[in-house]
Amino acid sequence: MKRRVVITGMGIYSCLGYNLDAVLDSLYNAKSGIVFDPLRKEMGFRSALTGNITTPDLKSVLNRNQRNYMPDQARYAYVATAEALKNARLDQDYLDSHIVGLMYGGDSTAEPTYKSCEAMIRKQDTTKVGSGAIFQSMNSTVTMNLSCIFKLKGINLTVSGACASGSHAIGLGALLIADGLQDIVVCGGAQEVNPYAVGSFDGISAFSTREDAPEKASRPFDRDRDGLIPSGGAATVIIEDYETAVKRGAPILGEVLGYGFSSNGDHISVPNVDGPSRSLRMAVERAGIDLRDIGYVNAHATSTHVGDQNEAKAIYNVFGDVRPEVTSTKSQTGHEMWMAGASEIIYSMLMMQNGFIAPNLNFENPDEDSAKLNIPSKRVEKKFDIFLSNSFGFGGTNSTLIVKNLLK
Amino acid sequence: MNKQELSAKINEVLAEEFEVDIETITPEADIKKTLDLDSLSLVDLVALIEDTFDVKIDGQDVSKIQSFDSLYDFVLGKINA
Repeated sequence: MKRRVVITGMGIYSCLGYNLDAVLDSLYNAKSGIVFDPLRKEMGFRSALTGNITTPDLKSVLNRNQRNYMPDQARYAYVATAEALKNARLDQDYLDSHIVGLMYGGDSTAEPTYKSCEAMIRKQDTTKVGSGAIFQSMNSTVTMNLSCIFKLKGINLTVSGACASGSHAIGLGALLIADGLQDIVVCGGAQEVNPYAVGSFDGISAFSTREDAPEKASRPFDRDRDGLIPSGGAATVIIEDYETAVKRGAPILGEVLGYGFSSNGDHISVPNVDGPSRSLRMAVERAGIDLRDIGYVNAHATSTHVGDQNEAKAIYNVFGDVRPEVTSTKSQTGHEMWMAGASEIIYSMLMMQNGFIAPNLNFENPDEDSAKLNIPSKRVEKKFDIFLSNSFGFGGTNSTLIVKNLLK
Repeated sequence: MNKQELSAKINEVLAEEFEVDIETITPEADIKKTLDLDSLSLVDLVALIEDTFDVKIDGQDVSKIQSFDSLYDFVLGKINA
């Protein structure tokens, strides 16, 4: 007997705001979080555009040794997780006396890796690299830090699935709960924001070069899109066994109805249509719902030419003449990469809870494939109770989540 | 550099790095308790002393030192070696 998996808490640290209320306001008012970073231009970037985010000062809440092991993305994740735990009514006493798991998406930690190697070469003395470097530069840095800070005792695992990492983390966490292996899992995704993390990505001409108008640069599905904008932050989604949530009087916000996944088995960077289509279909089948029940699709669409085109084809393949609103919140945030699969669940939840769909910014002219979808360029006031969220990544990894509103 | 100058410098850099009130650093005080050092942050103390005074020291030697006064003497010995 599979158990129901519900969402009981959310927290976020994003270029749209550093908490849920601020992000909701940005979504509703269609604010862009994209800026021009002069440092990147000095470093020889083709595009100096980025999501605008500052590192939180945690001196008042974490001691020196705790902070010493945390790169920026772990600090973003700490803020997001503290907010999510508070909203889920999970205090330290509860965490100390129960088995709570942690699965977070993350697929790089470039800045501390670069800085520790640079120090090694410059100082010719490994001691001088410092004790924090090893913990900051491991791919599992976010989960190792959060698990120690919040004293979590369940599964403790970083999920690396490129730009689908955050979505896979939630999906895999949901499977553990459904199977009775965990009662509560703190899930999410975190993405560092610094030039070192994305310089090589810039080097393969993946980024938009509309530097004269940062807020116009991310234009998923628009005919004249010219690339993505790197962004980041952290998003935490607390998922829980339904009965456990009811028993402890937790706020029950939504239910993870379906998780679909697939691999393209194809090119390392060029997405195809078949892989995403299979991920979408699997999620819908596992959710056991009719396509007409889905009121909104949060697309992966990053504003790249082929990626958006093939996702539009995949969505049309699956949905056909059922035409729910489809938008990419990356039109406001840029591409939050390892974080995106988790943050986009939160953006979609906030819209579902508040009865609107934020506009797909800069969608001025469709191309042949996006013309077949229902993509609003203005905010839509609409009540909906189920959404689907896509996340795809390099290497052809795909993840799709379907979530139902349970907030009364 | 005499011991008084050296101890003042050590106290200053340690207070800043380990975020403690400089008044809590006294010659007789226990280093690990005062600075909340574990085996990892002790490495940072070694690196800080090495960087500040341009000396090479063995972490194993430092781990045996208990009081700040002993640390001042140890570092002074390295500088004058």
